[in-house]
Amino acid sequence: MTAAQTLSTPPEIGGIGHSVPRQEDARLIEGQGNFLDDISLPGMLHMAIHRSPVAHARIRGVNTEAAAAVPGVVAVVTGELMAQHNLAWMPTLSGDTQAVLATDKVRYQGQEVACVIASDPYTAADAAALVEVDYDVLDPVTSPQQSLADGAPLIRDEKEGQTDNLVYTWESGDSDATDAAFDSAARVVSLETHYPRSHPAPLETCGIVADINSVTGQATLYMTSQAPHAHRTLFALVAGLPEQNIRIISPDIGGGFGNKVPIYPGYVVATAASLLLGTPVKWIESRTDNLISTGFGRDYHMRGELALSEDGRILALRADVLSDQGAFYSDAQPSKLRAGLFHVVTGSYDFPSAHVTCRGAFTNKAPGGVAYRCSFRITEASYLIERLVQNAAYEIGEDPADFRLRNFIKPEQFPYTTPTGFVYDSGDYHTAMRKAMDEVDYTALRAEQAEARAEGRLIGIGVAHFTEAVGAGPSRTFDIAGLKMFDSAELRVHPTGKAILKLGVKTQGQGHETTFAQIVANELGIPVTDIKVVHGDTDHTPYGLGTYGSRSTPTGGAATAMVSRKLADKSRKIAAHLLEAAEADLDFSAGVFSVRGTPDRSVTIQDVAFAAYTNMPEGVEHGLEGSYYYDPPNLTFPYGSYIVVVEVDAETGVWKVDRMVALDDCGVRINPMIVEGQIQGGLTEGFAKSSMQWITFDEDGNCIGSNFMDYLVPTAWETPRFELLETCVPSPHHPIGAKGVGESATVGSPAAFVNAVIDALAHLGVRNIDMPVLPDRVWAALQSAGGGVG
Amino acid sequence: MEISVKINGTPQKHEIEPRQLLVDFVRSTAGLTGTHIGCDTTSCGVCTVLLDGVPVKSCTVFAAQVDGHEVATVEGLKSNGELHAIQKAFTAHHGLQCGFCTPAMMLVGAAFIEENDNPSDDEVRWAISGNLCRCTGYVNIVKAIQAAAEERRAQ
Ligand code: FES
Ligand code: FES
Repeated sequence: MTAAQTLSTPPEIGGIGHSVPRQEDARLIEGQGNFLDDISLPGMLHMAIHRSPVAHARIRGVNTEAAAAVPGVVAVVTGELMAQHNLAWMPTLSGDTQAVLATDKVRYQGQEVACVIASDPYTAADAAALVEVDYDVLDPVTSPQQSLADGAPLIRDEKEGQTDNLVYTWESGDSDATDAAFDSAARVVSLETHYPRSHPAPLETCGIVADINSVTGQATLYMTSQAPHAHRTLFALVAGLPEQNIRIISPDIGGGFGNKVPIYPGYVVATAASLLLGTPVKWIESRTDNLISTGFGRDYHMRGELALSEDGRILALRADVLSDQGAFYSDAQPSKLRAGLFHVVTGSYDFPSAHVTCRGAFTNKAPGGVAYRCSFRITEASYLIERLVQNAAYEIGEDPADFRLRNFIKPEQFPYTTPTGFVYDSGDYHTAMRKAMDEVDYTALRAEQAEARAEGRLIGIGVAHFTEAVGAGPSRTFDIAGLKMFDSAELRVHPTGKAILKLGVKTQGQGHETTFAQIVANELGIPVTDIKVVHGDTDHTPYGLGTYGSRSTPTGGAATAMVSRKLADKSRKIAAHLLEAAEADLDFSAGVFSVRGTPDRSVTIQDVAFAAYTNMPEGVEHGLEGSYYYDPPNLTFPYGSYIVVVEVDAETGVWKVDRMVALDDCGVRINPMIVEGQIQGGLTEGFAKSSMQWITFDEDGNCIGSNFMDYLVPTAWETPRFELLETCVPSPHHPIGAKGVGESATVGSPAAFVNAVIDALAHLGVRNIDMPVLPDRVWAALQSAGGGVG
Repeated sequence: MEISVKINGTPQKHEIEPRQLLVDFVRSTAGLTGTHIGCDTTSCGVCTVLLDGVPVKSCTVFAAQVDGHEVATVEGLKSNGELHAIQKAFTAHHGLQCGFCTPAMMLVGAAFIEENDNPSDDEVRWAISGNLCRCTGYVNIVKAIQAAAEERRAQ
């Protein structure tokens, strides 16, 4: 329960603000979860993929004889076979096309070339290894700079009109005003940094069980899908299957983080194979498959500049991004926004001008560009501005926290239109930052740091203040592949007063079965434990665009509140009828309608529900159910102030987090326990990216980071302890004032960790170390700054 | 080949392929899908089962090796219809989000508190350092294991 929130329901109802235990836990703690790989159907066959070992090569031929001869192999699918069914290529979420199985060339290591369907997974894997491909190896392109340089090999030679490796160019803001501000600036601070490629790596990999009944034409596709409805429509459009016959079931999902938003080649081949063979076909990625071929995040090469006035105010920002897209442009992001919401890069600061340019380049790497626990490139933006602001403070010799407090948008300036066109609707950044500073006793910390420096110890204090823009819609701006980004809820209250809530969004661990029930409980007074939440089955839920970009609570949560209010209105009519009173004379609180002034004349929501099926007033439609499609009027803007204290070992470059205080303002918290869980997980991701997690490639385009021995994700041992704080400025337009929280900490914290390490070295003149801030990089920076030991 | 193995206390005989991994045996042959698979390199720990009471990563053991031994999985944690203290603690302390790592984490925790029923934060973190979780940031898993240890102490 936060200070700003008041509880409107008692614990036994468990509405908003109660840390009720999760309803989904019961099955998960007994091993009764139903994850994709747990699904087994009669006669089911298993698929394995043969992948390219090289990054760039022309295919001279594919020989499947040895693979097909393995006992137990039912079919070997090649690109040629897929082409016969017009399925060798598929559209991506960003309007490009992606090879399902390569026919002409392979364009990255790990690309899908052939698939084996066999009686069991071991046989499928054995046979996949026996597929022989004759490659004519070509020069690989392994960086976007190389990609756009003259004479670079053309990666997408099959694409009509494509004469170079440029994917897109995009800009936002006002270049003239920005140039003018830079011309008049007293100082300019700049930073060039790479936000490295990383991979969401949910612990459950991606997979599908495709079950197409050749007699009825019914296609049931069990998929690890964060967006089942959108996937159904895309399958209908791409494969030409009638949409009413496609049922996507996204069962329990073992983490998504953006990785389970796109449609992958394996899904398409397994579906085609089930259609052709008339049997269910299962494909489950191995971890290596997952890391080398499915949606990565980030890989932004960024240059930022801030123009500063004499008195330390930001005048303007310029940002230029070169994005490494891999071989196919498959960012999972709104169609109209080539660089997602990167133009939120002006952050939490009040200044008039900005200009942002972005270019994307094809490279011989896996495609992706998914919003890895992030709302469409906001993490990159937040990182750039927060790193720049720290360097600006150093430039003018001011404390980075004071510099922020001077340049923040002030509470009275909201709603605030940013130079790139966002309308931040609410916030109080000063209070948030000061509260975090008080918690760490910032002034004392700086004094300690100075003392430590005098003793030759390297202490760093990193500050970051992020503003996110999440919860897409509104539909006028946001669509994915043309599908508008509203979301939905359908609520049925049964005669006994128990309810079933069906959602267009889909949990991957966020706890929707609890928090969305809490919204209904809050609005109608039906206890949480009497509400079942259904999601992830397109035959049984209303249309929605799914869960990513922290959009579930802002859109689906709003739809849930609105449909509950619709039913509350109808309930009032029924209650008035039962109480023989005027509707306007009724009070409604925590599930009880009572006549104002005579509170003992009352009926419960359960009485009302029973009456809805047994004793309806004349002229009112029977039943107590409804649905709502919610199109938000704006994004929501969660924010937070993070402060990290690190100590750097000058001899080894190893750094250790001594303290981290994270203050989040995500508006009203539906279930504080779950919110804090999300923040703890998100901070761990932010720490991971700043310290260890990255996917890189050698000069031949070999992926380094293809398994959990090379791609390091933190264990409990490395993970620091985080202290959480909060403020609560409710979203002014969201029906319950919530803003979304799942990604805030991942977005906001990398800059705080890196700022802390840089701060430890700042007095030596160090201004940047790219992520991950590995000890050898710190050590090298110390050496070149002359501050190293040994 | 045929193996005899006690799974969650029930003796069973199964015909297996010699190369079958224990994790596939548990999931496909014995039909206990609470044990998961998350990697190819013995790194993630979601496949953890107890072999004669000791946590092992079942993706790195052949089914043939458990012939004559006892395997316990998450499905066997409950006894006489009562949840194990570790299961209750994971819910009470919000030790799970997606729940994919959870069966393994609970098994490691359950075995660990048998050895150390008053562990420090660091001791728990070390004990579960062979198990990854991508959702929770571990803090609530640590709290849950400590709470279960306290429950164990009280017994
Ligand atoms: S599956 Fe990852 S350690 Fe066994
Ligand atoms: S709860 Fe999702 S991996 Fe641990």
